[in-house]
Amino acid sequence: MARVVFTANLQRHVSLPPVTVPGQTVREVLEAVFALNPQARGYVLDEANALRKHMVIFHNGEPVLDRIHLSDAVDDNTEIYVMQALSGG
Amino acid sequence: MDRRILVATRKGLFTVVRESDRWKVADAAFLGDNLSLVGYDPRTGAIYASIHHGHFGVKLQRSEDGGATWREIATPAYPQDIVESPPMIDDFRKTAIPWSVQLIWAFEAGGRDEPGVIWLGTIPGGLFRSSDCGESWELNRPLLDRQREAKWTGGGYDFPGLHSICVDPRDSQCITVAISTGGVWQTRDGGQSWCVASHGLRAEYMPPDQAYNPLVQDAHAMVQCAANPDRLWIQHHNGVFRSVDQATSWQEITTVQPSVFGFAIAVHPHDAETAWTVPAVKDEKRYPVDGRVVVARTRNGGVSFETLTEGLPQGHAYDLTYRHGLAVDSTGEWLTFGSTTGSLWVSEDQGNRWQNVSTHLPPIHCVKFIE
Repeated sequence: MARVVFTANLQRHVSLPPVTVPGQTVREVLEAVFALNPQARGYVLDEANALRKHMVIFHNGEPVLDRIHLSDAVDDNTEIYVMQALSGG
Repeated sequence: MDRRILVATRKGLFTVVRESDRWKVADAAFLGDNLSLVGYDPRTGAIYASIHHGHFGVKLQRSEDGGATWREIATPAYPQDIVESPPMIDDFRKTAIPWSVQLIWAFEAGGRDEPGVIWLGTIPGGLFRSSDCGESWELNRPLLDRQREAKWTGGGYDFPGLHSICVDPRDSQCITVAISTGGVWQTRDGGQSWCVASHGLRAEYMPPDQAYNPLVQDAHAMVQCAANPDRLWIQHHNGVFRSVDQATSWQEITTVQPSVFGFAIAVHPHDAETAWTVPAVKDEKRYPVDGRVVVARTRNGGVSFETLTEGLPQGHAYDLTYRHGLAVDSTGEWLTFGSTTGSLWVSEDQGNRWQNVSTHLPPIHCVKFIE
């Protein structure tokens, strides 16, 4: 179980209010979000289901270690922030 | 609907209209977003906008009410079995080409007998077909298989890209596409099989014995005459080429002044002998020759070209026009072109005189007449 918050810049494309969803890993948590809102997937993940190059996911305040499989473990106190990676100055 | 011009830019989609003999920017959509392309389906009047969100990836939007409202539709994507297959290797760079759509680079509506069919070209070089106006997309696998053999490579971009799609108006199963860099390819059976169709193109950037290798040709843009589809024109990396036999062979045109280099080309829809280019200094210095913006026009199939300047800046102008930055309307009378420095011009007399619409737009990627 984790609370997931999405960058405000994504809200103009897909409405994604903060949500608490089940899951043992970042991947499972995100899949639970995408089950509620399928359109969100393509904004966060690429065709290979890896995190998009210019996106970053913070997991209890730290960028996730596994950007490909998103295997970082979560527990009931985990907060996940899906953000844009800094780019463009 | 009145004729309008849609201008896809680095920072939004702009609508340009004619009012009291003047053209002006009338509206903006997707402000701040990077639009790689705008497409128009004359069969339905639908407009398609390809948006390249730096963070969120490539997305497609469609408007069925002339641009008043938009709806996100499906984005073409490589299928999972392709994504999981070994990467293709760029033959020049020896780097892996990702199975990930980085940019939508070509849009073409299918034939009149194929309602709902839309073709898209992408970077990396994929060709995608929709049979439902973009609600879903299918990768053309036969062309991808040919790509694996033919070793397409990146040109201006790191990865090869399919930028031009010509659907023969006489036969919608005959489709000719051009790749930077990978030459010209043609299908006569709606995409089930493909053959290379770039014989006669010449690549100055290759060793001499490979200059005429049809697989390494860097076509920048390719257009087909609507009234005489056997006639096609290419603005190539190092020259202009014309085909009079439906891309079976190509002849080099060396008479373009002030330069044979450029990205964009347009052909008159009713007169295959008339074509326009927007020349620039070749090829490592990409700005107008002598800082003078000009359009080159031939009326005799490339035997000779006129240099059109009236209304265009003739000193210290550094506008470069990209491959989708020049368009002609369905009458062949009106033209428009836009530049990387945000200038836009319109002509109502085949390029004899040009009216400047703006010099302050964002960098222009694509212009399109909506009729």
